[in-house]
Amino acid sequence: MTAYIIRRILYAIPILIGVNLLTFALFFVVNTPDDMARMQLGSKRVTPEAIEKWKIEYGYDRPLLWDSKAEGIAKATHTIFYEKSLKLFTFSFGASEADKRDIANEIKSRMWPSLALAIPVFLVGLAVNITFALFLAFFRATYLDYSGVVLCVVMMSISTLFYIIGGQYLVSKLLHLVPISGYDAGFDAAKFLVLPVVIGIISSFGSSARLYRTLFVEEMGKDYVRTARAKGLADTTVLFRHVLKNAMIPILTGVVVVIPLLFLGSLIAESFFGIPGLGSYTIDAIQAQDFAVVRSMVFLGSVLYIVGLVLTDISYTLVDPRVRFE
Amino acid sequence: MPFLPVVLYTDALIWLLLAAAGAYGWYCSRHEHLAAPWVRVFRNPAAVASAVVLAVYLLIALSDSLHYRPALDQKDTKAAAVYAVEVRSVLDVAASHLRGRAEKTYSAPLATRSFAKEQIERADGKVERDFPRLRFGGAHLKDEGDRAADITLKALFGLAAAAVAWGLIAFGVRPLRRRLPDVPWHAALAAAAAILALAGPALWLSASYHVLGTDKVGQDILYLALKSVRTSIVIGTITTLVLLPLGIALGVMAGYFKGWVDDTIQYLYTTLNSIPGVLLIAAAVLMVQVYIDTHPELFPTSAQRADLRLLLLCIILGLTSWTGLARLLRGESLKLSELEYIQAAHAFGVSNTRILARHILPNVAHIVIITLVLDFSGFVLAEAVLSYIGVGVDPSTNSFGTMINAARLEMAREPMVWWSLAAAFGFMLVLVLAANLLADAVRDGFDPRVRAAGPVKLAAQKT
Repeated sequence: MTAYIIRRILYAIPILIGVNLLTFALFFVVNTPDDMARMQLGSKRVTPEAIEKWKIEYGYDRPLLWDSKAEGIAKATHTIFYEKSLKLFTFSFGASEADKRDIANEIKSRMWPSLALAIPVFLVGLAVNITFALFLAFFRATYLDYSGVVLCVVMMSISTLFYIIGGQYLVSKLLHLVPISGYDAGFDAAKFLVLPVVIGIISSFGSSARLYRTLFVEEMGKDYVRTARAKGLADTTVLFRHVLKNAMIPILTGVVVVIPLLFLGSLIAESFFGIPGLGSYTIDAIQAQDFAVVRSMVFLGSVLYIVGLVLTDISYTLVDPRVRFE
Repeated sequence: MPFLPVVLYTDALIWLLLAAAGAYGWYCSRHEHLAAPWVRVFRNPAAVASAVVLAVYLLIALSDSLHYRPALDQKDTKAAAVYAVEVRSVLDVAASHLRGRAEKTYSAPLATRSFAKEQIERADGKVERDFPRLRFGGAHLKDEGDRAADITLKALFGLAAAAVAWGLIAFGVRPLRRRLPDVPWHAALAAAAAILALAGPALWLSASYHVLGTDKVGQDILYLALKSVRTSIVIGTITTLVLLPLGIALGVMAGYFKGWVDDTIQYLYTTLNSIPGVLLIAAAVLMVQVYIDTHPELFPTSAQRADLRLLLLCIILGLTSWTGLARLLRGESLKLSELEYIQAAHAFGVSNTRILARHILPNVAHIVIITLVLDFSGFVLAEAVLSYIGVGVDPSTNSFGTMINAARLEMAREPMVWWSLAAAFGFMLVLVLAANLLADAVRDGFDPRVRAAGPVKLAAQKT
């Protein structure tokens, strides 16, 4: 088991290197630092001196991959690739280009609001979706099931933006139940979080519940279910003791992988509701074209996803005894 | 010539795709085993109704994909024609009464007065602050009190026209009904009736009112929504054009060749997958934006620049979303390559390319088609979100995302400007819902597992 986990973790290293190279290519090869300077400085008539100054200020004045003028090890380290890309591996993200604040510090402080929104959405959402899917599967091939599926299809056809805007309008503006947006420290945050959590659950409800229902129904068609019924077990016993357990395996694979990504928060919900989490941080960075932050978030996101993959593999071996460590 | 045809990149691709789809349809119709799953799909009433709805959207998008630059009026008729910089489409001509009649600012649907108060000078010289009459919306009314009656009358005329049109269609499809008795034509006609019942009055009223109101700069929302349809269709279809070759080639090769090919391709898609999708798209779009902004000399008209950005958005979306299809195809061809008939082909010395083309590809085609239809609605929804974040289409391109984004800023107004949001969400919901329903039917029709498990269901449908 330990050897298996170590192997999975080792397998993650080349993927991280790949991500790093890919982001480097995307950010520095497609457009030269000169282009970025021109973009950041705004007007078309920027002087070469202004560009040079900008590049020095943000550390883009070095060669891309290899500095032949430098001495010894500095040949490789006095480069943009080392400073901006390789350093990400040590989680030293540098400073934001828009407001010069330390990105790592920002991430640490913004992580909590993101989690405060993402964890309830994840847990309650999972519980609601599975319950509803089990309910539909129990009444499969009836009008109840049929209308449930139709409801899911309609709900998954509605844009997330509609749920957010509609929810804000209805609950905050018409009914004045909760503030429209904002955030507060400690338990006062609850009143700001209720609406985004509910909307988060609703917007993922349609597709997830339908997927889980399909998995349950598929599981119910298997031979062991018929055997269990034939030997006289009640429908509910079969559903909860057999079907639920077995269908949890595919559900688990889809779910475990997103757990680490909860740290990143939700891009759109956070920016609509003014929650100072990592999601709104990313959106602000994208809109301000703050490349340092976008780069850091891309890397952080990939690391978290890969952690999720490793966790998925581990959880798989824990719940499914058929999986062998090969 | 009175006009100069302009072929935008996305125009060319969308017509190419249509031609390809047509060729595929013709090929299917001549091969019974290929047509069989489609026949199953079109026995489903929901699928038929959705197909009608999608066809209407497609028609709007296609009419908006024939672009030209009108010639400018010149006194000297012998001189070479000079063409306007503005690029128009056939849809613009058909909806010219919507496009040309801009108000000053917001106005509610079917309103006769503007949404914002203005200083108005009365006949007796007094200046008042009031809601001014609209320049076009309901301008023909002498007495505004007649508005309700006028609207009702016009809507009824529209309904009557729609009923006549529906009758003609119902009569027109009778020979088809006889030829294809298995298709639930009542569903198709019901969908057509629903569309006509909405479109008839809307079009009739649009001659003298702003049916869905106007936006901040006074443009007709109905016109904006119609123009946005093309963007959605382009994103939903052209993206798959990028996604398919990559997904199919890499997925099938990984599953068939195994070994280092498989390892490399798996590595590639795990790496791409591990970057959160929105962030990767955002990063790529930002880079494209920098490129477009620093090379303005490449684009003669702003429409061409916006079009290139739309195309690049499709390419980026395609490049980041082929991994799902590749993984599915890898698994399937891994399974297939172990089967006896593939082993037999090997033993006979059939070449790898031939085995791939003749034996593997046709047997994974159902997965490709299911993915294609399933992805469509995802891309349409993604466009709105991406445009909201600011990494979607060019701000000058009409799209549901830009409409929502513009309207969102007016949320705080009292009373709220709800109509442009409602129009964007409504048009989008109908499109995505139809696509999802069709996708469900396609999956049921093509997936062999469903067929194996579902004889009961098929029998139930026949009764």
